[in-house]
Amino acid sequence: MDAVFLARLQFGLTAGFHFLFPPTTLGLSLLVLIMETLFLRTKNALYKDVSAYLVRILGVVFVMGVSTGISLEFAFGNNWAAYARTVGDVFGAPLAAEGVFAFFLESVFLGILVFGRKKVSPKTYRLSAFLVFFGAHLSGLWIIIANSWMQTPAGFRMEGGRAVLEDFFKAGLNPSTVVRTVHTILGGWTTGALVAMAIAAWLLLKGRFPVKAALLMKTSLAVFAAAAVLQLGSGHAHSVQVTRTQPEKMAAFEALWETQEGAPFTVFGIPDAKNEKTHLAVRIPKMLSLLVHFDPNGKVLGLNEFPKEERPPVFLPFASYHLMILFGLLFIALGASGVWLQARKKLLGARRYLKVLLWAVPLPYLANELGWISAEVGRQPWAVYKVLRTSDAVSAVVPAGNILFSLTLFTLIYALIGAAGFSIILRTVKRGPGDEQAEAGKGEV
Amino acid sequence: METWDLLRNVWFLLIGVLLAGYSVLDGFDLGIGALFPFLAKNEDEKRTLIRAIGPVWDGNEVWLLTGGGALFAAFPLAYATVFSGFYLALMLVLFALILRAVSLEFLAHDPARKGLWEAAFVGGSLLPSLLFGVALGNVIVGVPLDARTEYAGNFFTLLRPLPLVFGVLGLAAILLQGSTYATLKTGGALQERARKTAGILAFAAAAVFFLSFVAVWVYLPGALKRTPAWIFAGLVYLSLGLVGRAVRKANDRTAFIFSSAAFLALWGVAGSIHYPNLVRAADPALSLTITNASSSALTLKVMLIIALVGMPLVVGYTIFAYRVFKGKAEPGGEGY
Repeated sequence: MDAVFLARLQFGLTAGFHFLFPPTTLGLSLLVLIMETLFLRTKNALYKDVSAYLVRILGVVFVMGVSTGISLEFAFGNNWAAYARTVGDVFGAPLAAEGVFAFFLESVFLGILVFGRKKVSPKTYRLSAFLVFFGAHLSGLWIIIANSWMQTPAGFRMEGGRAVLEDFFKAGLNPSTVVRTVHTILGGWTTGALVAMAIAAWLLLKGRFPVKAALLMKTSLAVFAAAAVLQLGSGHAHSVQVTRTQPEKMAAFEALWETQEGAPFTVFGIPDAKNEKTHLAVRIPKMLSLLVHFDPNGKVLGLNEFPKEERPPVFLPFASYHLMILFGLLFIALGASGVWLQARKKLLGARRYLKVLLWAVPLPYLANELGWISAEVGRQPWAVYKVLRTSDAVSAVVPAGNILFSLTLFTLIYALIGAAGFSIILRTVKRGPGDEQAEAGKGEV
Repeated sequence: METWDLLRNVWFLLIGVLLAGYSVLDGFDLGIGALFPFLAKNEDEKRTLIRAIGPVWDGNEVWLLTGGGALFAAFPLAYATVFSGFYLALMLVLFALILRAVSLEFLAHDPARKGLWEAAFVGGSLLPSLLFGVALGNVIVGVPLDARTEYAGNFFTLLRPLPLVFGVLGLAAILLQGSTYATLKTGGALQERARKTAGILAFAAAAVFFLSFVAVWVYLPGALKRTPAWIFAGLVYLSLGLVGRAVRKANDRTAFIFSSAAFLALWGVAGSIHYPNLVRAADPALSLTITNASSSALTLKVMLIIALVGMPLVVGYTIFAYRVFKGKAEPGGEGY
């Protein structure tokens, strides 16, 4: 196995594992902020108990995110030294800025959320909840700035083989930053909210903490349903942007081998890059052109426009992109049926729906990972689009054997902490929000 | 060109400040981790120690992330050479830090595997505490670099006498941070033990510091011609002496302050003998310096604005958080 492949595998594994946690943090921090705000407004202790419950889960998720995030920041030096040398002038700053502006904020105030309820005033506590929410989202923004620059680099010039910063704002707000940020954050809200809905569903099914569970269910359903619908719009905008700025990536997403006016949307198919064909294809005529150009006869570039050595792989981006869309549509259906049940006051007793929620928990995680896979594999063969090839970005002095060693240990350690973290989150969930007896006397909210 | 040079110097200083901030802050929680089995003799004492660092350790660790990010942004060539060159050693640091980070949370919530997480906490604290100094010692004493300024040694090249002494020195300073912080945050028998440990460690740190000065004199004789190195060395001894005195008089806050001051002075010595190098090469012509390894003037300027806007805020709310959690840690209560 060669070093480039192993380095990519290691980055993929560590980033993919890490990417389970930050989206959860985004969604849960929003729910905590909502609960704390309602608590401050109504003084109803139910909100506080639900918030404290979510904070305990958030604490574990956050620690998992922190511990798995450090290795990624180091990876650009460890495994991608040529990358660091070539584009460090542009790429390093957002990573440093993430630390300075966002990560400190998130960590310090999460400490107050987890340990400081009785040590600060309710207003300060709510402010801390806001700052954790704000820090988490700002952190996401900086990381996505860095990632978007790899996809649609801007604001720099090449000088002696190295990228040199010319305009910080152009580099930061490059053509894909805003839409990718919105898309990722909505993905996070969907994830955190569905986790919260599933927790509430489980409590309801068990008949435990019915009042708090109802509260958690309604709030998280509102977030989930809204985020799922908005995601359709952001996903659409993201696809339009990809078509404009990375046409070969869109061609791979859609397995569009030849440039076409009035290009179809492929609903299903098995792309075969070798023969440049899609087997068993089910297509909706003119749909792709309509979607990305608002014109059924618009021209969409196919893979044939690009030299073979500059084309991304097709199968993986195609499959992950389509599955992601399928999940996105499922979330809209899931949110809409929840809202419909709630409108008829049947949500809390709809046992079938509640059970579906339990089984749906892995789906937003899958959707996040699939979206990320389609974005990053679709970027290949480039590390930085049209600037630096992935194969030219690796560390020259790290032999394959060393990467195999670290990859093995990462796998073992992540399996261990993944299993332990999951069981701890389950245990935290099972403890429930607060004192079981105390809830009996409290009324409906 | 002049502004560019000024910015490079400022960033040499600022990265020093970030790493020194990391040593002082994460130093005490790493130190408590490494001393854990020696300080805590029962479950209550263990919980007290964990709660003493629980609310703040992850904020402390962000200093390392930010320092790493700043090094990447300001001196990408040095970042690339060191992080790829010291690959295996840094992987060990990473694995240790990953396991340690989760172990703090898991110790409280996963009683079935308590032994495992305790070992992860102790080992995960001890190993980086030692290896950070080894890494710094290597870039200071010099490593083999090839013509492309790529690292040309191997894992064992890193384990030479001066780096090893630096490693032990860093460890001693971190243990001293841990023991003085533990003294400050605990009471009773645990506090007594921590205080006694701090007294011994202040003496040990002074001895190892002398040893590392000798090592520098042997391996890097030119470095000692620099006056600031001597001034900072004096400050190290003065601070360590004051730690010893404060420990005897049970002035716990003073002991922690001077332990931190000693750590800062150590960074002063390191910076004085290392400037303007970032990675000294065995062949001095290949050394990575603040001039040949830096980012463009614009990037350094943008980064400086980010630092000037952001870091005062960070320091402000970090102080706020420490005030929220001031006073002795208790074994029970909220959180873990």
